[in-house]
Amino acid sequence: MKFPALFGRIAFSTLAALIGAAFALPLLWFLFAPFNARAELGLAIPDPFTLSNFNTVFGNGFAMQALWNSLIQAVGGVILVGAAATLAAYALSRSSIPGKGAVTYILLLFSSVVSGSAAMVPIFLIISAAGLMDTHLAVILTFAGGLLPTAMFILRDFIDSIPKSYEESAMVAGASPVQAFFDVALPVIRPGIVVIVVWSFVNIWGSFLIPFILLRSSANMPAAVAIYSFYSEAGTPVVTLLAAYSLIYSLPVVALYLFVSWRFGFRFFGGIKA
Amino acid sequence: MASVAFSKVTKSFGEFKAVSDVSFDIGDGEFVCLLGPSGCGKTTSLRMIAGLETPTSGQVMIGGEDVTHFHPKDRNIAMVFQDYALYPHMNLADNIAYPLKVRGEAVSKRHARAKEVADVLKIGHLLDRLPSQISGGQQQRTSLARALVYPAQVYLFDEPLSNLDAKLRLEARGFLNHLQRDMGMTAVYVTHDQAEAMALATRIAVMDQGRIVQYASPIEIYRRPATTFVANFVGNPPMNLVEVEATKDDGKLQLKADGLTIAALPMTDAIGTALAAGSKLTLGIRPEHLDVAGAGAPNTITAPLFANENMGPESLVTIDRGEGARVTARIFTDDHIALGETVTLGFAADHVHLFDSAGKRIPEING
Repeated sequence: MKFPALFGRIAFSTLAALIGAAFALPLLWFLFAPFNARAELGLAIPDPFTLSNFNTVFGNGFAMQALWNSLIQAVGGVILVGAAATLAAYALSRSSIPGKGAVTYILLLFSSVVSGSAAMVPIFLIISAAGLMDTHLAVILTFAGGLLPTAMFILRDFIDSIPKSYEESAMVAGASPVQAFFDVALPVIRPGIVVIVVWSFVNIWGSFLIPFILLRSSANMPAAVAIYSFYSEAGTPVVTLLAAYSLIYSLPVVALYLFVSWRFGFRFFGGIKA
Repeated sequence: MASVAFSKVTKSFGEFKAVSDVSFDIGDGEFVCLLGPSGCGKTTSLRMIAGLETPTSGQVMIGGEDVTHFHPKDRNIAMVFQDYALYPHMNLADNIAYPLKVRGEAVSKRHARAKEVADVLKIGHLLDRLPSQISGGQQQRTSLARALVYPAQVYLFDEPLSNLDAKLRLEARGFLNHLQRDMGMTAVYVTHDQAEAMALATRIAVMDQGRIVQYASPIEIYRRPATTFVANFVGNPPMNLVEVEATKDDGKLQLKADGLTIAALPMTDAIGTALAAGSKLTLGIRPEHLDVAGAGAPNTITAPLFANENMGPESLVTIDRGEGARVTARIFTDDHIALGETVTLGFAADHVHLFDSAGKRIPEING
């Protein structure tokens, strides 16, 4: 290697390492601070290594209740989005409804407007008029409305790529359309549904604005909102608790990813090689 | 087993008529091939028998019963798909036994039956594999096993061999022929491969542009093709077609074309009718009825040599009459034939086919 080329490589590697470090620092803080009893906003290696922050968090009833609330809202939303998107996408893919392509695109277009913060006032009014204010159901329904069009769009594409002959062969063999769907189509679509489930779980689990607006009582607040409660009376954040709680808060999402990739594997094409 | 009948069946997709006004009968125990190029309506016809498409008008009958609007599951049929449609999440045993599962058979009973059929098809040792873990030929046999696992009224095949390589295809074709002899099943078989149709069918329906052009036994279709389309579709290589100018001369029929010498043919009423409609006829000669001619042969066609392909037991000699009009002779010899720049091919008068200016066969030329 000639000198200028070598120099270029060293310069490039150094620059890449610096950029990498800039991104790694917050993550390192995120991993170290929860175990440091005197954690501050600066990065420091815990000395001594302690679980006292977690003790405090686990003793905080409101924080624990909030994690449970997050779980209720996320699981509820995921079930609703998963089930509705699967049935809707299957119908849109397999039936010959005129203009079904346009329907999906219009829904998709509106959903990006609807679930945005611009629609918060109308959503607030609708939920209020429906008498659902301050309920888990309000949060679940709002998320389902916002996530469904995109979920349907992704799943419809997925189902379109699966040959119709699967269900056709089942029906010719004597299966009713319902049997053909549950015995043959659903297992083949499953990888697509898994993608939708993970995606909507992450979306609901991490969302702040919608539950913040639609929920009143602290007993119903999810974790994303609860993090806001770790402030001292003077208004400064309690960094130690914040760090520990954040770590706990992020674990379900990581666990879900690991579980899904172990159990199903992320893949995006159905069927077998023809 | 049961008979199948189409009565004035039409199927339109928007403006496009995939099948137009088709009627035919398939007898109990017959093996009928629907043969034609892609887009001729053969697969649509098959799917209407299966109930996967509903005719725009007309009736479909199975076993004398009008099933036009029956759901596929209520027709008691079995079908083998071109892509096999094996369920990727089920092992072979469950794939093969699926029709029995939806018929409410107990697990032990249906697996025993699946094993029985799989053994006949020599895939009995693969029953706990997934479809993705077996070869294409084995997948094909699995889909066949799934069709044979229960007694159906009619067996439908949608180009079942087209995804196999040439050797496996011959093997599977022989097996299907054997199966048909063994079971005497009523079968409808869609293919674009004329050799498959010739080998398997008791009758062939040649389709073109949504209509049946000829519906007859393979031998009849080979010997007496109804139109130039059928003549050009059946046979390997297909029949040579030479456009000729016909004139009536001294009570005999004279045919003229570049490089063609042919003895005058006796006039018949049918030829007279054909001539009245136009003097441009088409002369047809099958490649296997042509040979390299000696001097003074009465019926010959001469043109520059285009290709000389030795295939082992036979040679394909092609001459080029210009503008892509080629004539191929299939000469049965395992020797390489030495040929000059220009080749003269000869044929016997009783192997000649004649078609009128609209491409329809003129009957009674040679019976």
